[in-house]
Amino acid sequence: MAITGIGLVTPIGTGIEPVWQSLSTGRSGIGPITRFDASGYPTRIAGEVADFDPELYMDRKTARHVARYGQLALAAARMAVEDSGLRPEAMGPDEVGVVVSSAAGGMDEIERADHMLLERGITRISPFMAPMMITDMAAGLIAIELHAGGPNYAVVSACASSSHALGDAAEVIRRGDAVAMIAGGAEAGITPLLVGAFCQMSALSRRNDDPTAASRPFDRHRDGFVMSEGAVVMVLEEGAHARRRGAHIWGEILASGSSADMYHFTAPDPEGRGAARAMAVALRKAGVAPNQVGYINAHGTSTALGDIAETLAIKQVMGDSANRVAVSSTKSMTGHLLGAAGAMEAAACVLAMDRKLLPPTINLEYPDPRCDLDYVPNRARPAEVQIALSNSFGFGGHNSCLVIGRGSS
Amino acid sequence: MTDTAAAEGPLDFAELQGIASEILGVDADRVQLDVSFAKDLAADSLDLVELIMAVEDHYQITLPPDELDHMKKIGDLWTYLQEHRGDS
Repeated sequence: MAITGIGLVTPIGTGIEPVWQSLSTGRSGIGPITRFDASGYPTRIAGEVADFDPELYMDRKTARHVARYGQLALAAARMAVEDSGLRPEAMGPDEVGVVVSSAAGGMDEIERADHMLLERGITRISPFMAPMMITDMAAGLIAIELHAGGPNYAVVSACASSSHALGDAAEVIRRGDAVAMIAGGAEAGITPLLVGAFCQMSALSRRNDDPTAASRPFDRHRDGFVMSEGAVVMVLEEGAHARRRGAHIWGEILASGSSADMYHFTAPDPEGRGAARAMAVALRKAGVAPNQVGYINAHGTSTALGDIAETLAIKQVMGDSANRVAVSSTKSMTGHLLGAAGAMEAAACVLAMDRKLLPPTINLEYPDPRCDLDYVPNRARPAEVQIALSNSFGFGGHNSCLVIGRGSS
Repeated sequence: MTDTAAAEGPLDFAELQGIASEILGVDADRVQLDVSFAKDLAADSLDLVELIMAVEDHYQITLPPDELDHMKKIGDLWTYLQEHRGDS
Protein backbone atom coordinates (compact mmCIF):
# COMPACT_ATOMS: atom_id res chain seq x y z
CA MET A 1 0.00 0.00 0.00
CA ALA A 2 1.34 3.37 -0.98
CA ILE A 3 2.06 6.00 1.66
CA THR A 4 0.97 9.25 0.05
CA GLY A 5 0.78 11.64 2.99
CA ILE A 6 2.45 12.15 6.35
CA GLY A 7 1.44 14.45 9.22
CA LEU A 8 3.41 14.81 12.44
CA VAL A 9 2.96 16.72 15.70
CA THR A 10 5.84 15.60 17.90
CA PRO A 11 8.34 16.67 20.55
CA ILE A 12 10.97 16.95 17.82
CA GLY A 13 8.89 19.13 15.55
CA THR A 14 5.57 19.67 13.82
CA GLY A 15 5.53 18.88 10.11
CA ILE A 16 7.81 16.78 7.89
CA GLU A 17 10.74 19.14 7.49
CA PRO A 18 11.11 20.19 11.15
CA VAL A 19 10.90 16.54 12.21
CA TRP A 20 13.44 15.47 9.59
CA GLN A 21 15.73 18.30 10.64
CA SER A 22 15.74 16.88 14.17
CA LEU A 23 16.13 13.24 13.11
CA SER A 24 18.97 13.97 10.72
CA THR A 25 20.91 16.14 13.15
CA GLY A 26 20.34 13.97 16.22
CA ARG A 27 18.36 16.61 18.09
CA SER A 28 16.47 15.47 21.19
CA GLY A 29 12.99 16.74 22.03
CA ILE A 30 13.16 15.79 25.72
CA GLY A 31 12.94 18.40 28.45
CA PRO A 32 11.40 19.10 31.86
CA ILE A 33 7.71 18.26 32.30
CA THR A 34 5.59 21.41 32.03
CA ARG A 35 2.13 19.95 31.47
CA PHE A 36 1.67 19.48 35.21
CA ASP A 37 3.64 20.14 38.36
CA ALA A 38 5.94 17.13 38.57
CA SER A 39 8.19 18.56 41.26
CA GLY A 40 7.56 15.72 43.71
CA TYR A 41 7.99 12.97 41.13
CA PRO A 42 11.01 10.68 40.75
CA THR A 43 10.82 11.36 36.99
CA ARG A 44 10.43 15.00 35.99
CA ILE A 45 11.24 14.86 32.28
CA ALA A 46 9.27 14.00 29.14
CA GLY A 47 8.96 14.74 25.45
CA GLU A 48 6.28 17.39 25.11
CA VAL A 49 4.77 18.99 22.05
CA ALA A 50 5.70 22.65 22.34
CA ASP A 51 3.32 25.51 21.53
CA PHE A 52 0.47 23.44 20.14
CA ASP A 53 -2.50 25.62 19.19
CA PRO A 54 -5.50 23.40 18.45
CA GLU A 55 -7.41 26.31 16.90
CA LEU A 56 -5.06 26.19 13.91
CA TYR A 57 -6.69 22.88 13.01
CA MET A 58 -10.27 23.04 14.33
CA ASP A 59 -12.74 25.57 15.69
CA ARG A 60 -12.69 26.45 19.36
CA LYS A 61 -15.87 24.57 20.18
CA THR A 62 -14.51 21.33 18.70
CA ALA A 63 -11.17 21.85 20.45
CA ARG A 64 -12.99 22.08 23.77
CA HIS A 65 -14.94 18.89 23.11
CA VAL A 66 -12.04 16.59 22.45
CA ALA A 67 -9.19 15.68 24.74
CA ARG A 68 -5.64 16.70 23.87
CA TYR A 69 -4.91 13.41 22.12
CA GLY A 70 -7.87 14.05 19.84
CA GLN A 71 -6.62 17.55 19.05
CA LEU A 72 -3.15 16.21 18.20
CA ALA A 73 -4.65 13.42 16.09
CA LEU A 74 -6.84 15.75 14.06
CA ALA A 75 -3.95 18.14 13.48
CA ALA A 76 -1.70 15.32 12.22
CA ALA A 77 -4.52 13.88 10.10
CA ARG A 78 -5.20 17.23 8.44
CA MET A 79 -1.51 17.62 7.66
CA ALA A 80 -1.30 14.10 6.24
CA VAL A 81 -4.33 14.53 4.02
CA GLU A 82 -3.13 17.91 2.80
CA ASP A 83 0.29 16.42 2.08
CA SER A 84 -1.30 13.61 0.08
CA GLY A 85 -3.47 15.83 -2.11
CA LEU A 86 -6.30 13.33 -1.56
CA ARG A 87 -9.73 14.88 -1.14
CA PRO A 88 -11.89 12.48 0.91
CA GLU A 89 -14.82 14.91 0.80
CA ALA A 90 -14.92 14.56 -2.99
CA MET A 91 -14.81 10.76 -2.95
CA GLY A 92 -17.47 8.14 -2.26
CA PRO A 93 -18.45 7.86 1.41
CA ASP A 94 -17.07 4.30 1.73
CA GLU A 95 -13.77 4.94 0.02
CA VAL A 96 -11.63 6.50 2.75
CA GLY A 97 -11.50 4.98 6.24
CA VAL A 98 -9.70 5.88 9.45
CA VAL A 99 -7.75 3.73 11.92
CA VAL A 100 -6.09 6.03 14.43
CA SER A 101 -5.03 4.58 17.73
CA SER A 102 -4.24 5.74 21.21
CA ALA A 103 -3.07 3.77 24.21
CA ALA A 104 -4.35 6.07 26.97
CA GLY A 105 -6.86 8.22 25.12
CA GLY A 106 -8.35 11.16 27.03
CA MET A 107 -6.32 10.52 30.18
CA ASP A 108 -5.85 14.25 30.85
CA GLU A 109 -9.59 14.88 30.79
CA ILE A 110 -10.36 11.77 32.85
CA GLU A 111 -8.10 12.99 35.64
CA ARG A 112 -9.52 16.52 35.54
CA ALA A 113 -13.08 15.23 35.61
CA ASP A 114 -12.32 12.86 38.45
CA HIS A 115 -11.10 15.78 40.56
CA MET A 116 -14.29 17.65 39.70
CA LEU A 117 -16.39 14.62 40.60
CA LEU A 118 -14.82 14.34 44.03
CA GLU A 119 -14.95 18.05 44.74
CA ARG A 120 -18.31 19.07 43.33
CA GLY A 121 -20.22 15.98 42.23
CA ILE A 122 -21.38 14.99 38.78
CA THR A 123 -23.22 18.20 37.89
CA ARG A 124 -19.93 19.91 37.10
CA ILE A 125 -18.71 17.25 34.70
CA SER A 126 -18.80 18.27 31.07
CA PRO A 127 -21.54 16.61 29.00
CA PHE A 128 -18.74 15.82 26.54
CA MET A 129 -16.76 13.80 29.08
CA ALA A 130 -17.85 10.34 27.92
CA PRO A 131 -16.85 10.86 24.28
CA MET A 132 -13.70 12.68 25.39
CA MET A 133 -12.34 9.83 27.50
CA ILE A 134 -12.47 6.97 25.08
CA THR A 135 -9.61 5.92 22.85
CA ASP A 136 -11.61 5.59 19.65
CA MET A 137 -12.77 9.19 19.46
CA ALA A 138 -9.76 10.47 17.52
CA ALA A 139 -10.74 8.14 14.66
CA GLY A 140 -14.35 9.32 14.85
CA LEU A 141 -13.35 12.96 14.99
CA ILE A 142 -11.14 12.61 11.93
CA ALA A 143 -13.97 10.98 9.99
CA ILE A 144 -16.30 13.85 10.90
CA GLU A 145 -13.88 16.66 10.14
CA LEU A 146 -12.33 15.19 6.99
CA HIS A 147 -15.47 13.55 5.63
CA ALA A 148 -14.01 10.05 5.50
CA GLY A 149 -16.76 7.45 5.88
CA GLY A 150 -14.97 4.13 5.31
CA PRO A 151 -14.08 1.59 8.04
CA ASN A 152 -13.43 3.52 11.25
CA TYR A 153 -11.98 2.46 14.61
CA ALA A 154 -8.88 2.39 16.80
CA VAL A 155 -6.60 -0.57 17.33
CA VAL A 156 -5.27 -0.83 20.85
CA SER A 157 -2.09 -2.69 21.78
CA ALA A 158 -0.30 -0.30 24.13
CA CYS A 159 3.01 0.78 22.63
CA ALA A 160 2.37 -1.21 19.46
CA SER A 161 -1.01 0.44 18.78
CA SER A 162 -0.16 2.67 15.85
CA SER A 163 2.09 0.08 14.24
CA HIS A 164 -0.89 -2.27 14.29
CA ALA A 165 -3.08 0.59 13.04
CA LEU A 166 -0.88 1.07 9.98
CA GLY A 167 -0.57 -2.66 9.32
CA ASP A 168 -4.29 -3.23 9.68
CA ALA A 169 -5.20 -0.16 7.62
CA ALA A 170 -3.06 -1.56 4.79
CA GLU A 171 -5.01 -4.82 5.06
CA VAL A 172 -8.36 -2.97 4.90
CA ILE A 173 -7.25 -1.57 1.55
CA ARG A 174 -5.80 -4.89 0.41
CA ARG A 175 -9.09 -6.71 0.94
CA GLY A 176 -10.95 -4.00 -0.93
CA ASP A 177 -12.85 -2.37 1.94
CA ALA A 178 -11.40 1.06 1.22
CA VAL A 179 -9.38 2.83 -1.44
CA ALA A 180 -7.43 4.87 1.09
CA MET A 181 -6.98 4.91 4.85
CA ILE A 182 -6.01 7.67 7.25
CA ALA A 183 -3.97 5.74 9.80
CA GLY A 184 -1.64 6.31 12.71
CA GLY A 185 -1.71 7.15 16.39
CA ALA A 186 -1.94 9.91 18.95
CA GLU A 187 -1.00 10.13 22.61
CA ALA A 188 -1.21 12.86 25.23
CA GLY A 189 -0.46 10.93 28.38
CA ILE A 190 1.85 13.31 30.24
CA THR A 191 -0.54 13.49 33.17
CA PRO A 192 -0.14 13.23 36.95
CA LEU A 193 -1.65 9.76 37.13
CA LEU A 194 -0.12 8.12 34.09
CA VAL A 195 3.38 9.47 34.73
CA GLY A 196 2.97 8.54 38.39
CA ALA A 197 1.89 5.04 37.44
CA PHE A 198 4.95 4.51 35.25
CA CYS A 199 7.13 5.94 38.05
CA GLN A 200 5.68 3.41 40.46
CA MET A 201 6.91 0.56 38.29
CA SER A 202 10.32 2.22 37.87
CA ALA A 203 9.86 2.18 34.13
CA LEU A 204 10.95 5.77 33.48
CA SER A 205 14.41 7.27 33.35
CA ARG A 206 15.28 9.46 36.33
CA ARG A 207 18.02 11.42 34.58
CA ASN A 208 16.23 14.66 35.43
CA ASP A 209 19.37 16.78 35.45
CA ASP A 210 20.23 15.93 31.85
CA PRO A 211 16.95 15.41 29.94
CA THR A 212 18.35 15.14 26.41
CA ALA A 213 20.68 12.36 27.56
CA ALA A 214 18.02 10.34 29.37
CA SER A 215 16.73 8.26 26.44
CA ARG A 216 19.75 6.14 25.62
CA PRO A 217 18.73 2.85 24.00
CA PHE A 218 21.36 0.10 23.97
CA ASP A 219 23.67 2.16 26.18
CA ARG A 220 25.05 0.58 29.33
CA HIS A 221 23.77 3.46 31.49
CA ARG A 222 20.18 3.46 30.30
CA ASP A 223 17.69 3.55 33.18
CA GLY A 224 14.25 3.46 31.62
CA PHE A 225 12.20 5.10 28.93
CA VAL A 226 11.15 8.72 28.57
CA MET A 227 7.45 9.37 28.06
CA SER A 228 6.38 11.55 25.18
CA GLU A 229 3.21 12.85 23.60
CA GLY A 230 2.39 13.52 19.97
CA ALA A 231 0.51 12.33 16.91
CA VAL A 232 1.67 10.86 13.63
CA VAL A 233 -0.81 10.04 10.89
CA MET A 234 -0.31 8.79 7.35
CA VAL A 235 -2.45 8.45 4.28
CA LEU A 236 -2.25 4.91 2.90
CA GLU A 237 -3.62 4.41 -0.54
CA GLU A 238 -4.23 1.61 -2.99
CA GLY A 239 -1.20 1.73 -5.27
CA ALA A 240 -2.95 1.98 -8.63
CA HIS A 241 -5.25 4.72 -7.31
CA ALA A 242 -2.26 6.72 -6.08
CA ARG A 243 -0.38 6.36 -9.37
CA ARG A 244 -3.44 7.23 -11.49
CA ARG A 245 -3.83 10.57 -9.75
CA GLY A 246 -0.11 11.27 -9.87
CA ALA A 247 0.31 11.24 -6.11
CA HIS A 248 3.74 11.53 -4.57
CA ILE A 249 4.50 8.12 -3.11
CA TRP A 250 6.65 8.37 0.02
CA GLY A 251 6.99 4.65 0.45
CA GLU A 252 5.00 1.45 0.71
CA ILE A 253 3.77 -0.75 3.51
CA LEU A 254 4.69 -4.14 2.07
CA ALA A 255 3.44 -6.31 4.93
CA SER A 256 2.99 -6.54 8.69
CA GLY A 257 3.50 -9.23 11.26
CA SER A 258 1.90 -9.55 14.66
CA SER A 259 2.36 -11.88 17.63
CA ALA A 260 2.06 -12.18 21.41
CA ASP A 261 4.89 -12.96 23.82
CA MET A 262 2.70 -15.16 26.08
CA TYR A 263 5.08 -14.15 28.84
CA HIS A 264 4.39 -11.26 31.25
CA PHE A 265 2.24 -8.13 31.68
CA THR A 266 5.13 -5.78 31.20
CA ALA A 267 8.48 -7.51 30.84
CA PRO A 268 9.33 -8.78 27.36
CA ASP A 269 10.26 -12.40 26.80
CA PRO A 270 13.94 -12.12 27.71
CA GLU A 271 14.90 -14.14 24.65
CA GLY A 272 12.80 -12.06 22.30
CA ARG A 273 11.04 -15.04 20.78
CA GLY A 274 7.64 -13.36 20.33
CA ALA A 275 9.24 -10.34 18.73
CA ALA A 276 11.26 -12.58 16.43
CA ARG A 277 8.08 -14.36 15.33
CA ALA A 278 6.35 -11.07 14.45
CA MET A 279 9.36 -9.97 12.42
CA ALA A 280 9.61 -13.35 10.68
CA VAL A 281 5.92 -13.34 9.76
CA ALA A 282 6.23 -9.83 8.36
CA LEU A 283 9.24 -10.75 6.23
CA ARG A 284 7.57 -13.93 4.96
CA LYS A 285 4.39 -12.09 3.98
CA ALA A 286 6.42 -9.40 2.25
CA GLY A 287 8.42 -12.01 0.37
CA VAL A 288 11.59 -10.38 1.67
CA ALA A 289 14.72 -12.24 2.77
CA PRO A 290 16.62 -10.98 5.82
CA ASN A 291 19.61 -9.94 3.75
CA GLN A 292 17.40 -7.58 1.75
CA VAL A 293 16.65 -5.47 4.83
CA GLY A 294 18.87 -2.40 4.93
CA TYR A 295 17.60 -0.72 8.09
CA ILE A 296 15.66 -1.64 11.20
CA ASN A 297 14.00 1.07 13.26
CA ALA A 298 14.05 -0.62 16.64
CA HIS A 299 11.41 -0.34 19.32
CA GLY A 300 14.45 0.47 21.47
CA THR A 301 12.83 2.12 24.48
CA SER A 302 15.99 2.45 26.59
CA THR A 303 14.87 -0.08 29.19
CA ALA A 304 17.29 -2.52 30.76
CA LEU A 305 15.43 -5.63 29.59
CA GLY A 306 13.73 -4.50 26.39
CA ASP A 307 16.84 -3.46 24.51
CA ILE A 308 18.51 -6.82 25.14
CA ALA A 309 15.44 -8.84 24.20
CA GLU A 310 15.07 -6.92 20.96
CA THR A 311 18.75 -7.43 20.13
CA LEU A 312 18.25 -11.17 20.55
CA ALA A 313 15.09 -11.08 18.43
CA ILE A 314 16.91 -9.30 15.61
CA LYS A 315 19.71 -11.85 15.72
CA GLN A 316 17.23 -14.73 15.58
CA VAL A 317 15.44 -13.36 12.55
CA MET A 318 18.30 -11.84 10.63
CA GLY A 319 20.74 -14.70 11.16
CA ASP A 320 24.05 -13.94 9.44
CA SER A 321 22.74 -10.55 8.30
CA ALA A 322 22.24 -9.36 11.88
CA ASN A 323 25.68 -7.82 12.22
CA ARG A 324 25.49 -6.15 8.83
CA VAL A 325 22.09 -4.45 9.10
CA ALA A 326 21.88 -0.90 10.47
CA VAL A 327 19.59 -0.63 13.48
CA SER A 328 18.67 2.58 15.23
CA SER A 329 16.22 3.74 17.85
CA THR A 330 14.76 7.14 17.14
CA LYS A 331 13.24 7.02 20.64
CA SER A 332 16.68 8.27 21.66
CA MET A 333 15.54 11.61 20.25
CA THR A 334 11.74 11.53 20.35
CA GLY A 335 11.18 9.66 23.57
CA HIS A 336 8.41 7.06 23.68
CA LEU A 337 5.19 8.28 22.09
CA LEU A 338 3.33 5.19 23.39
CA GLY A 339 0.25 4.81 21.20
CA ALA A 340 1.78 7.05 18.55
CA ALA A 341 5.26 5.46 18.62
CA GLY A 342 4.61 2.91 15.89
CA ALA A 343 3.51 5.56 13.43
CA MET A 344 6.32 7.92 14.42
CA GLU A 345 8.87 5.24 13.74
CA ALA A 346 7.29 4.08 10.48
CA ALA A 347 7.52 7.71 9.37
CA ALA A 348 11.19 7.78 10.40
CA CYS A 349 11.81 4.74 8.16
CA VAL A 350 10.01 6.37 5.24
CA LEU A 351 11.94 9.62 5.55
CA ALA A 352 15.26 7.80 6.04
CA MET A 353 14.79 5.86 2.80
CA ASP A 354 13.55 8.93 0.95
CA ARG A 355 16.42 11.13 2.10
CA LYS A 356 19.04 8.33 1.98
CA LEU A 357 20.16 9.09 5.50
CA LEU A 358 19.70 6.80 8.50
CA PRO A 359 18.77 8.60 11.75
CA PRO A 360 21.11 7.77 14.63
CA THR A 361 20.69 6.27 18.05
CA ILE A 362 21.94 9.23 20.04
CA ASN A 363 23.43 9.04 23.55
CA LEU A 364 25.14 5.78 22.67
CA GLU A 365 28.32 6.50 24.59
CA TYR A 366 28.95 3.30 26.56
CA PRO A 367 27.72 0.34 24.52
CA ASP A 368 26.18 -2.45 26.54
CA PRO A 369 28.15 -5.60 25.69
CA ARG A 370 24.86 -7.50 25.47
CA CYS A 371 23.69 -5.09 22.77
CA ASP A 372 26.29 -5.56 20.12
CA LEU A 373 24.66 -4.74 16.80
CA ASP A 374 25.30 -1.74 14.56
CA TYR A 375 23.00 0.86 16.11
CA VAL A 376 24.13 3.83 13.96
CA PRO A 377 25.63 5.51 17.01
CA ASN A 378 25.25 9.24 17.53
CA ARG A 379 25.49 10.47 13.94
CA ALA A 380 23.14 10.04 11.02
CA ARG A 381 24.64 7.88 8.28
CA PRO A 382 24.17 8.17 4.51
CA ALA A 383 22.77 4.94 3.10
CA GLU A 384 20.58 3.78 0.23
CA VAL A 385 18.03 1.45 1.66
CA GLN A 386 15.22 -0.22 -0.28
CA ILE A 387 13.53 -2.10 2.56
CA ALA A 388 13.24 -1.25 6.24
CA LEU A 389 11.61 -2.88 9.25
CA SER A 390 9.88 -0.97 12.03
CA ASN A 391 9.42 -2.78 15.33
CA SER A 392 6.92 -1.94 18.06
CA PHE A 393 6.33 -3.98 21.19
CA GLY A 394 3.74 -3.21 23.86
CA PHE A 395 2.99 -3.99 27.51
CA GLY A 396 1.07 -7.21 27.48
CA GLY A 397 3.49 -8.75 25.02
CA HIS A 398 1.98 -7.28 21.86
CA ASN A 399 4.49 -7.41 19.00
CA SER A 400 4.14 -5.66 15.66
CA CYS A 401 6.54 -5.40 12.75
CA LEU A 402 6.04 -3.41 9.56
CA VAL A 403 8.00 -4.05 6.38
CA ILE A 404 8.33 -0.72 4.59
CA GLY A 405 9.59 -0.24 1.05
CA ARG A 406 11.18 2.83 -0.44
CA GLY A 407 8.95 5.01 -2.58
CA SER A 408 9.52 5.32 -6.29
CA SER A 409 11.09 8.64 -7.14
CA MET B 1 -15.99 29.86 37.72
CA THR B 2 -17.96 32.22 40.00
CA ASP B 3 -18.47 35.92 39.74
CA THR B 4 -20.01 37.70 42.71
CA ALA B 5 -20.46 40.90 40.72
CA ALA B 6 -22.63 39.02 38.24
CA ALA B 7 -24.60 37.50 41.09
CA GLU B 8 -25.29 40.84 42.74
CA GLY B 9 -25.12 43.74 40.24
CA PRO B 10 -27.60 44.64 37.47
CA LEU B 11 -27.88 42.04 34.71
CA ASP B 12 -25.87 42.86 31.62
CA PHE B 13 -27.05 41.16 28.40
CA ALA B 14 -23.57 41.55 26.90
CA GLU B 15 -22.24 39.19 29.57
CA LEU B 16 -24.70 36.48 28.56
CA GLN B 17 -23.81 37.10 24.92
CA GLY B 18 -20.15 36.59 25.82
CA ILE B 19 -20.77 33.31 27.64
CA ALA B 20 -22.96 31.95 24.83
CA SER B 21 -20.43 33.09 22.24
CA GLU B 22 -17.61 31.25 23.99
CA ILE B 23 -19.54 28.04 24.66
CA LEU B 24 -21.39 27.79 21.36
CA GLY B 25 -18.57 29.07 19.16
CA VAL B 26 -20.61 31.86 17.55
CA ASP B 27 -20.10 35.61 17.24
CA ALA B 28 -21.49 37.43 20.29
CA ASP B 29 -23.73 39.70 18.23
CA ARG B 30 -25.56 36.65 16.84
CA VAL B 31 -26.78 35.96 20.37
CA GLN B 32 -30.07 37.88 20.46
CA LEU B 33 -33.28 37.36 22.43
CA ASP B 34 -35.33 35.85 19.59
CA VAL B 35 -32.59 33.47 18.43
CA SER B 36 -33.26 29.71 18.72
CA PHE B 37 -30.55 27.50 20.26
CA ALA B 38 -31.03 24.61 17.89
CA LYS B 39 -32.09 26.34 14.66
CA ASP B 40 -30.00 29.52 14.72
CA LEU B 41 -26.99 28.72 16.91
CA ALA B 42 -26.42 25.06 15.95
CA ALA B 43 -26.50 24.13 19.61
CA ASP B 44 -27.29 20.49 20.23
CA SER B 45 -28.43 19.09 23.56
CA LEU B 46 -24.87 18.64 24.83
CA ASP B 47 -23.96 22.21 23.91
CA LEU B 48 -27.00 23.38 25.85
CA VAL B 49 -25.95 21.49 28.98
CA GLU B 50 -22.51 23.10 28.71
CA LEU B 51 -24.08 26.53 28.29
CA ILE B 52 -26.31 26.07 31.31
CA MET B 53 -23.35 24.89 33.43
CA ALA B 54 -21.43 28.03 32.49
CA VAL B 55 -24.45 30.24 33.21
CA GLU B 56 -25.01 28.54 36.57
CA ASP B 57 -21.40 29.09 37.56
CA HIS B 58 -21.30 32.69 36.37
CA TYR B 59 -24.58 33.87 37.90
CA GLN B 60 -24.53 31.51 40.89
CA ILE B 61 -27.96 30.05 40.24
CA THR B 62 -29.24 26.57 39.66
CA LEU B 63 -31.39 25.74 36.68
CA PRO B 64 -33.68 22.78 37.35
CA PRO B 65 -33.69 20.33 34.40
CA ASP B 66 -37.46 20.70 33.81
CA GLU B 67 -37.04 24.47 33.39
CA LEU B 68 -34.35 23.78 30.83
CA ASP B 69 -36.74 21.63 28.82
CA HIS B 70 -38.90 24.69 28.12
CA MET B 71 -36.07 26.87 26.90
CA LYS B 72 -35.85 27.14 23.14
CA LYS B 73 -34.48 30.65 22.68
CA ILE B 74 -31.89 32.92 24.27
CA GLY B 75 -34.82 35.06 25.40
CA ASP B 76 -36.18 32.17 27.51
CA LEU B 77 -32.84 31.92 29.31
CA TRP B 78 -32.62 35.69 29.74
CA THR B 79 -36.12 35.83 31.24
CA TYR B 80 -35.24 33.05 33.70
CA LEU B 81 -32.07 34.87 34.75
CA GLN B 82 -33.92 38.10 35.37
CA GLU B 83 -36.56 36.31 37.44
CA HIS B 84 -34.24 34.09 39.46
CA ARG B 85 -30.80 35.65 39.67
CA GLY B 86 -29.70 35.70 43.29
CA ASP B 87 -31.40 32.39 44.19
CA SER B 88 -28.72 29.77 44.81
